[in-house]
Amino acid sequence: MKKNDCKLMAIIIGVAVLLLLWKSLKEDGKENVIQVKVNGVLRGEYDLSEDRELDINGTNHLVIKNGKADVTDAKCPDKICVKQKPISKNGESIVCLPNKIIITVVEGKEDELDAVVK
Amino acid sequence: MKNSKVYFGMFTALALIFSYVESLIPFHIGIPGVKLGLANLVIVISMYKMEKRQVYLLSITRVVLAGFMFGNLFSIIYSLVGSLLSLLVMYMLKRNGKFSILGISMAGGVFHNIGQLIVAIMVLQSLNLIYYVSVLLISGVITGIIIGIISGEVIKRIQKICL
Repeated sequence: MKKNDCKLMAIIIGVAVLLLLWKSLKEDGKENVIQVKVNGVLRGEYDLSEDRELDINGTNHLVIKNGKADVTDAKCPDKICVKQKPISKNGESIVCLPNKIIITVVEGKEDELDAVVK
Repeated sequence: MKNSKVYFGMFTALALIFSYVESLIPFHIGIPGVKLGLANLVIVISMYKMEKRQVYLLSITRVVLAGFMFGNLFSIIYSLVGSLLSLLVMYMLKRNGKFSILGISMAGGVFHNIGQLIVAIMVLQSLNLIYYVSVLLISGVITGIIIGIISGEVIKRIQKICL
């Protein structure tokens, strides 16, 4: 094995490791899912990557935009959930106590293969 | 030079047999797309024994025939892009002259995978596949080194054959 071969191998493996690192860094908060629970009962799961707006129970207005979820309006006196910052990372949550609503970010399911080529 | 047509036929047959043998070996380690690339052995050896034009033709013939026998139209497109790209890079490194057969074969394995990944990205229209590159890079290095070692040994022993 010549010296240049070793260099080539080092470069290729280096690129591979860099890409792997980049991927693991970027995946943080990427394929996460928003879980909405009302009164402890799961009401729905929504992808963070898709922009959408929805009303929960007609009391709280949830907006999912740019990979972040935020409650923009609520029919309760203190509006703590509205004041909370948008959530996107795994484990973060927005809670509205008067309406018994919990919005959490959970890790999305494993990506299933959509095609295998032999 | 008279015999070059005969050798071309023999090398094609050999490459086809290797493709067949490869489809028999259960070398599935759970990652789709990772395989040994035994037929590449023939291509690497012929790079040192044949004219450039013939090697390209050999590669294309091999891919098309093997595709019709063991694969489907899609696998032909994948392999065609992969093998042509890898051949191109291998010849570039060979002309450069600074790399031994090991490095050339390694680059060949890696770029074979990259070529196939490019097709996959275009077919599936999903740039997310690019994350798969690191797996394919490392597997290409490993299989490329294996193929490089074997072809280096083979070339040492078949020096009498001159095309």
